[in-house]
Amino acid sequence: MMDIRAIAPARRRADRAARFVLAGLALISALLLAALVGALVVKGAPHVTATFLTGYPSRFAARAGALPAIVGTLLLGLVSTAAALPLGVAAAVYLQEFAKPTRITTLLRASIGNLAGVPSVVFGILGLALFVRAMMLGRSILAAGLTLGLLTLPIIIVVCEEALKTVPRSMREAAFALGATRWQVVRHHVLPYALPGMLTGAILALSRSMGETAPLILIGAAVYIGYLPTGLGDSFTALPIQAYYWAQDARTAFHDLAWAAVLVLLILVALGNLAAILIRDRYQRRYKW
Amino acid sequence: MIALTSLPAPRTIHLTHAVRGRLVAGLGERAIVLVLFASASVAALATVGIFLTLLLNGVSFFRDVSLAEFLFGTTWAPDFFPREFGSVPLLKGTFLIGVGASLIGVPIGIGTAIYLSEFAGDQLRRVLKPAIELLAGIPSIIFAIIAIFVVSPIVEDWFGAPVFNALNATIMLGVMVVPIITTLAEDALRAVPREIREGSYALGATKWETTWRSVVPSASSGITASVLLGFSRAIGETMVVTLAAGLLPTMTLSYLEPSQTITAFIANRAGGDLPTGSVEYLSIFAVGTVLFVITFAINVIAQYVLARQRRRFG
Repeated sequence: MMDIRAIAPARRRADRAARFVLAGLALISALLLAALVGALVVKGAPHVTATFLTGYPSRFAARAGALPAIVGTLLLGLVSTAAALPLGVAAAVYLQEFAKPTRITTLLRASIGNLAGVPSVVFGILGLALFVRAMMLGRSILAAGLTLGLLTLPIIIVVCEEALKTVPRSMREAAFALGATRWQVVRHHVLPYALPGMLTGAILALSRSMGETAPLILIGAAVYIGYLPTGLGDSFTALPIQAYYWAQDARTAFHDLAWAAVLVLLILVALGNLAAILIRDRYQRRYKW
Repeated sequence: MIALTSLPAPRTIHLTHAVRGRLVAGLGERAIVLVLFASASVAALATVGIFLTLLLNGVSFFRDVSLAEFLFGTTWAPDFFPREFGSVPLLKGTFLIGVGASLIGVPIGIGTAIYLSEFAGDQLRRVLKPAIELLAGIPSIIFAIIAIFVVSPIVEDWFGAPVFNALNATIMLGVMVVPIITTLAEDALRAVPREIREGSYALGATKWETTWRSVVPSASSGITASVLLGFSRAIGETMVVTLAAGLLPTMTLSYLEPSQTITAFIANRAGGDLPTGSVEYLSIFAVGTVLFVITFAINVIAQYVLARQRRRFG
């Protein structure tokens, strides 16, 4: 038999080494975020000037601005969320409150789950074939917004379902006991409490759609827009698209603009995520079930 | 009690009101359920719609190009004459970069997940976890810009690679899949019941022995799913590979040379104005179908593996 005292130090060393290595890996993960944000601020911040924020694209880097791209990004976020939110909430309510565990329900759930895993560029292909060409919406804000809406739909459904799940059973049962129909229960007693959680989902979807690039390339966002969009049928550009084209420019002065554009984009997306987190926190504190 | 005794006298009227209310509600209710069901179906039909769009246009593509050439051809040259549509170089690029990114992302992601779930204190966890989740929310164009302007010069400097090479994109995608793998793997590890750990401690195992021999094997399905979904994300990513990997559909297996992925081809080709129905336009759908089928298969397997884990631990 082996002597326990002979093994113990080796095992303790292995334990310590593992702890060290794992902590190192976790540290790398955390540092990645810091490094990314740091690089963006260092490279982008000096170029986020008043000209950049309020100007229009130009052949001259010093005069080029991103106003149409910023407006485009915000509009795309709004259009896609406006299109996807009602659909997503309704789908979540159906799946969570009404659906019986049938084969159709299982199929619905599986398809929605798979939709979440479809690469964003493939959504772009769908948007190009369906909205731009078949429905003849053209390379418009509406076509792009609807495409992004489909892309964010699974996110909205998942978050809304989670929100509905947090409303306790007893709420529903109390309403049922008073003779309310299922829809009355949902409408008057479940939805009001799930609303803040659903809002979180909407904001997350908004953030996500503002950051997408690949689908917009497929839809055909314009490279050079000298005016602000006035309607949903207008052509558009967006911050990620603008950054994409600036980064490909041979002149390095435009690379600085690309950095500035992605920094502004990061700020917009981060504000969205922060708002979502704040709403979630407030709401969690308000209702303690 | 007070409320009950002070009810107005003609109770029957109240009843009929209530009954009529319920009848009307019953009709409206059916309509509402129908609308809700339709909404859920739209979301589900989107998946079918995507597949049909890809497939129908993809089929038109094969009127001009033979399936054998597409599947086994080793030259992808949609712009040169004679045009060639052998998709192997694109598949090679997709898998070369996807596998490489997983080799980078998996150890970091799973290591982080194990640390967060088994070793980190509550306070540290509360800081680390949101930081990693925020990483998941960063738009891909930002990673692409960093790949081309920060990573590329370093790779050029250290390995003497050209500006555009597969390694740029591989490194960046490796970073991008970390949060996906970490989040899913950590969920799987935390789902392992306490008793399994306590049983191991009771037998005299150290923390690491417990983690490695009892907890990790118990969470193996969930960890496998996290790796699959990370890989699926890596091969579906577009912007990083479009900007940083070079747009050459090469057959090389070297990370230090340019490669083109399916996604990069799609994004690059769609940038211009392609006439509907032309072979170039349809080629987007053909390779798109391939990409969709691959990611779909991986996702389905991952869901299946996850369901198995859930069955095990409730």
